[in-house]
Amino acid sequence: MMGKIHIRHGRVIDPANEIDRIGSVYIADGKIASVAEEPAGFKADIVIDASNQIVCPGFIDLSVRLREPGHSRKATFKSETRAAASAGVTTMCLQPDTNPVIDTAAVAELIKELAEKANYPQVYPIAALTQKLEGNELSSMLALKEAGCIAVSNANQPIRNLLILRRAMEYAASHDLLLMFRPNDYWLGNNGCAHEGPVATRYGLPSIPDAAETIALDQCLELAELTRCRVHFGQISCKRSVIKIHQANKYGLNVSADVSIHQLHLTENDIKPFDSAYHVLPPFRTEADKQYLRQGLASGTISSICSDHQPHDIDAKLGAFPETDPGVSSLETLLPLMLKLVSQHAITMEQGIAALSEQPARILQLRSGALTPGFPADVCVFDPDMDWQINKQNWHSRGVNTPFWNQTFKGRVTHTLQAGKVIFCVPSYR
Amino acid sequence: MTDNLQLNAEGKLKHFLTIEGLSQALLTEILDTAESFVGVSDQQIKKVPLLRGKTIVNLFFENSTRTRTTFELAAKRLSADVLSMSIATSSTSKGESLLDTIRNLEAMFVDMFVVRHAISGAAHFIAQHTAPHISVINAGDGQHAHPTQAMLDMFTIRQIKKDFAPLRVAIIGDILHSRVARSQIQALNALGTAEVRVIAPKTLLPAHVETLGVTVSHNLTEGLQDIDVIIMLRLQKERMTSALLPSESEYFKCFGLTESKLKIAKPDAIVMHPGPINRGVEIESNVADGPQSVILKQVSNGIAVRMAIMSMAMQPHGVS
Amino acid sequence: MLDINCLLDNLETGLNRVIHERKLAQPLMIGLRTGGVWVAEALHQRLNIQEPLGLLDISFYRDDFSQIGVHPNVKPSQLPPNIEGRDIILVDDVFYTGRTVRAALNEIFDYGRPKQVVLGVLIERNGKQIPISPDCSGEQVILAANQRIKLTGPEPLAIHIETTASHD
Repeated sequence: MMGKIHIRHGRVIDPANEIDRIGSVYIADGKIASVAEEPAGFKADIVIDASNQIVCPGFIDLSVRLREPGHSRKATFKSETRAAASAGVTTMCLQPDTNPVIDTAAVAELIKELAEKANYPQVYPIAALTQKLEGNELSSMLALKEAGCIAVSNANQPIRNLLILRRAMEYAASHDLLLMFRPNDYWLGNNGCAHEGPVATRYGLPSIPDAAETIALDQCLELAELTRCRVHFGQISCKRSVIKIHQANKYGLNVSADVSIHQLHLTENDIKPFDSAYHVLPPFRTEADKQYLRQGLASGTISSICSDHQPHDIDAKLGAFPETDPGVSSLETLLPLMLKLVSQHAITMEQGIAALSEQPARILQLRSGALTPGFPADVCVFDPDMDWQINKQNWHSRGVNTPFWNQTFKGRVTHTLQAGKVIFCVPSYR
Repeated sequence: MTDNLQLNAEGKLKHFLTIEGLSQALLTEILDTAESFVGVSDQQIKKVPLLRGKTIVNLFFENSTRTRTTFELAAKRLSADVLSMSIATSSTSKGESLLDTIRNLEAMFVDMFVVRHAISGAAHFIAQHTAPHISVINAGDGQHAHPTQAMLDMFTIRQIKKDFAPLRVAIIGDILHSRVARSQIQALNALGTAEVRVIAPKTLLPAHVETLGVTVSHNLTEGLQDIDVIIMLRLQKERMTSALLPSESEYFKCFGLTESKLKIAKPDAIVMHPGPINRGVEIESNVADGPQSVILKQVSNGIAVRMAIMSMAMQPHGVS
Repeated sequence: MLDINCLLDNLETGLNRVIHERKLAQPLMIGLRTGGVWVAEALHQRLNIQEPLGLLDISFYRDDFSQIGVHPNVKPSQLPPNIEGRDIILVDDVFYTGRTVRAALNEIFDYGRPKQVVLGVLIERNGKQIPISPDCSGEQVILAANQRIKLTGPEPLAIHIETTASHD
């Protein structure tokens, strides 16, 4: 049974509705009832005092791995949805590289079940673009769509044959499915683990040039033009990708892009020698790339920020840098790192919140990501000034693979509501 | 981004993983100490009791009989007990089992690991995770570093040329894949060499190679002008199959060191090679065995330099 | 006050006596780095030994490696290759605990098996810790624990006694 909730005295920021004012949010029946007047006869079961806090739409994360099914040694739905809730994330898109791969309706349904069991239903599977992600045969996209998949993607696996990519895009377009594409040319990537720059050269690390990303992006742009498939580029990392997407949009191609939050903060120069916490794909690139990504975000060329959450078990990160698994456990640093962009004047608070809610909702065509009356009551309440340290006590994800471990951040979620249900409340506010 | 892992609180050598971050004074101290160890080979009993009762384990995850042998000899001439293990990488492809190997050996009261591994950063990884009393010497990790080889090369150069300041040194060949070249470049720069020049086709140079502190040439004839020290690198056969080079013969034509090419360098230039040599691929036999070659000198100096590094890294730690 | 020339005279006389008594044949003189070498250079001249002076750096044979590590200014030892069967005069500046001589003997024996070794020191002080004694010395002195003998050189060679503030 859903109660009525009144969040009051908070600074309500809802970019989709151009709202930024101190006031109340009224929630009833799991939906937003009002963000202005008190609805007639409204009697709150729960009142949340949001004084000195920000009330905004719950965050929508375009790329996460929850490690189930298949890799429950690393993390589980239970642990990671808990981490998501604590980070103000209310909707997540799950990459298809699970085991088994999300290339059948049965796996998609299993994921919905796992999400329900974890009391966090808003996990959307992304369907594999090709069977087993092998890049050879098309997956049953329509069946997958009907089973609840929100988009198609080949995750980090390459599609070496462009004819297959073309046909997959044509087929996806036929069913009005969004292609989420992380551009990376397999051959140019050459099994690298670091950006092709001075740091990789000094440490003798197999390296990935930015051309590996931009060439793959170029090819996909051409095919988007040819096939009219809707394309969203995920986790772009370099300057020329931003330029190319900007140009494509300028010439009328409807493509969107996101960037993972850590790419907006770290560069190759931040890598501590051989510290596997910094092993991530695409790799941390140069200061110039970072600045372009930030500008792309400010100008709207890059519309969303994702966490690219990839929790790992300790052993996966234990080894010499190139042989460790790439990825960062990043759900819980999403908000504080976004707020850091705001405090560094890279973007405004409104842009930051939009990039985490309104924009991803628009890309996914979800009726969500805004505090519009009638929308599901996905709400995040956070204290922008609260300091907290990333440590064992405060961390929820099973994966502790973050380069920010033990660092202190500003900005912490106090309450998370998913479809009108309080799924997280910071202990001190209980 | 500095590397303090290899120095203890007093700034003394604890591990020897890379040349990066080591001062000119420390490198000079290593060379000076090695000077004294050269004489040990002249003794009737070719050993000193310095590391008596210490246990050194050579952990070779990558085959190299030559390097392993010189480390073994160096350890034995210091009177340490040495155990050499060749470990197939297939059985330790994950860090987890690599650590298991380390832990098992630690439990047998080992004092030092000498590590050779095919992956960059492996020696750092072991140094970070091993028990605090154990020292780690990097005997070559992936494409990252081979600091003891670089130091024996520096020792050989100093033996003949005395001073690094006026020297122009050319390193020729596969810089991209060479851990030896990376360590040599860092050592030469730290010791104040006037110029370090790399000579190779672009396919064998890493991106932004000039950030290592070198000048670049793609032409051997031009590149050898005014050179005092020529360091040839070994060319692996697999470079032909991965489209980095068209053929051995074309490579030899462009970058092979012949007697006539050698004449372009200074008349008293010396020729070095970390071995093993591919005769007729990177260097002509006449040059490799010729009067300007110091290749065998490098080999004999290898033992003294490794004795110096091992005994310095085995210093008592945490005692003051 | 210790007079360097007087000490050298005494040591020279002593060594001549030992050479005669022990019938040393074409002895090889070896000085211990650093002070012992300076003393040996002077004696080498006085005793008119033809063969070049041998130099010994005992750093690699010290018994305190596990306490202090490798001496940072270690210098190569320079001994002739033919130690086997030779008569040797080993020279040091000060004989104190005896540990240096123990290390030196071990090192010499790694070069070969000498026939006889004679030890001559400029000064023998109290504080012996192992059963080794010099065969002759320029002077025997008794010093307090916080006193030590300091040789400066090589030119001019001088000797004096330093008193350090006693700790604790």
